[in-house]
Amino acid sequence: MPKSNPSQKGETRLTQASLVRRERDRTAYHPADVSPQRRVQRRYTMRLWSVRHARFLEWFYARFADVFLALHPVWNAVGYARAEKPVKFVEKRVKGFMFDCRMCGQCILSSTGMSCPMNCPKQLRNGPCGGVRANGNCEVEPDMPCVWVKAWEGSRRMRNGDAILAVQKPVDQSLRETSAWLRVTALAAAEREKERENA
Amino acid sequence: MIRRPPHPDENPHGVHLPLDPLPGHSSRGRLERILRRGEFAVTAELNPPDSANAQDVYDRAAVFDGWVDGINAVDASGANCHMSSMGICALLTRMGYAPIMQIACRDRNRIAIQGDVLGAAAMGVCNILCLTGDGVQAGDQPGAKPVFDLDSMSLLETIRIMRDEERFLSGRKLTTPPAVFLGAAINPFAPPYDFRPHRLAKKIAAGAQFVQSQYCFDVPMLKEYMKRVRDMGLHEKCFILIGVGPLASARTARWIRNNVPGVHIPDSVIARLEGAQDQKKEGKRLCIDIINEVKEIEGISGIHVMAYRQEELVAEIVHESGVLRGRRPWRREPGPDDAVVAERLEHILEGQNEKPVELVKDAAGE
Repeated sequence: MPKSNPSQKGETRLTQASLVRRERDRTAYHPADVSPQRRVQRRYTMRLWSVRHARFLEWFYARFADVFLALHPVWNAVGYARAEKPVKFVEKRVKGFMFDCRMCGQCILSSTGMSCPMNCPKQLRNGPCGGVRANGNCEVEPDMPCVWVKAWEGSRRMRNGDAILAVQKPVDQSLRETSAWLRVTALAAAEREKERENA
Repeated sequence: MIRRPPHPDENPHGVHLPLDPLPGHSSRGRLERILRRGEFAVTAELNPPDSANAQDVYDRAAVFDGWVDGINAVDASGANCHMSSMGICALLTRMGYAPIMQIACRDRNRIAIQGDVLGAAAMGVCNILCLTGDGVQAGDQPGAKPVFDLDSMSLLETIRIMRDEERFLSGRKLTTPPAVFLGAAINPFAPPYDFRPHRLAKKIAAGAQFVQSQYCFDVPMLKEYMKRVRDMGLHEKCFILIGVGPLASARTARWIRNNVPGVHIPDSVIARLEGAQDQKKEGKRLCIDIINEVKEIEGISGIHVMAYRQEELVAEIVHESGVLRGRRPWRREPGPDDAVVAERLEHILEGQNEKPVELVKDAAGE
């Protein structure tokens, strides 16, 4: 104990919270490489690189979406359901490497400055919480730069950066572990078809 | 019989009943009326008891009597377990107080939250404050599962949809929508500073009608923030209440700065407390000084006093800073028929025979 001679008054003021905090290090089981949020701790190099190059990635993503849409007949021939598995395999690895993607299945990277909001321990999709540290790091994980501080920086580099100001819907948990690329393509194709019918 | 003049913000048929609806108001509560009338509002935070005793809540609310327009019922703030905000609100509404129910997204998913909103509105809760909530690591149960199904923004939008579109998030119809005044929290004192006013704009877009800020100890920083808020015209779309509170000592201030997420205390404040003879008194003085500076800033509609474990100071702070400008917030007082009840009770307690059978016997002269 840091205090050698605690006064009677100080002793009665001890809250359960401070008792727990004092005991935490001694009693808690810390699995290797895992933080309290069950996230495999890793370096943030690639994630930060993506934010720094948000403008390039935005440009690239737009071309990439066009290519995927052009391949719509292929996906249709194979069947979107059958294409799901291999596409998801690639998507998970590529986005996992680039953005530490969590496969929420409803990617909003283009609205968040290419900083994946699902990496926020509170999974906020609408901006930073009030607990961001003065140095711009996370309240929950003191070593991690706040996902939303980075998102704001990234969005300022992007052409369509003001998309960060739109209010996002809550995450649909039933879409987890599905391919966002294919979903966006299917939706865009349906939209295109509708327009053609109307025209 | 003493008949006090009726308070403008009280239902004459009973203190626990909702007020008459007014045009343009989304709730039938006292806080919204006061803010929309253009008065400087005062709200305070009730320290939630760690007990199952209703009297604890009543005692803690009684210290605010006649000094505040709304009482915040916190939802496990700092991720520490206490009596739930729902329970506190149930007790407070019974007594006629105007609670501001806080909902944190940390502990409940969208199914539970939407149900709670309906239950709270049915009990007479007129104000709901939507929060994301502190991470579980900050509290006394760091092993708990953080839920965070919604975030503060989507929670605001969810309740707004329930109120204005009369449906659940899923689209299922509500027969009676919850008439609530929607609030959110802001923290102008945390990075990314440029984004903070935009975030307020987002919250307003999502449905926030009033906001309460985190503790303000750095007035120049707040002025900077408010300037940008005014430039964006946000102070006209929403009522801004600034969080203030007394610091008990320089040691507490340091502890709060290091351990409570999102509280920014400049070195000058700590130096001022350290230099004082009586640190607790200086903390109160500092709080009053901050209030006096804050109330002059354009676009600020009130203060939110958070005097954790020093709740008895709230009345003094509100009185000495003079923010009410002579106005008297609602307080629980004996109503017109209470005198009759009291008289009758006294009569009964005096030990007279009140049993009908014996009264008949008396009348018959047996």
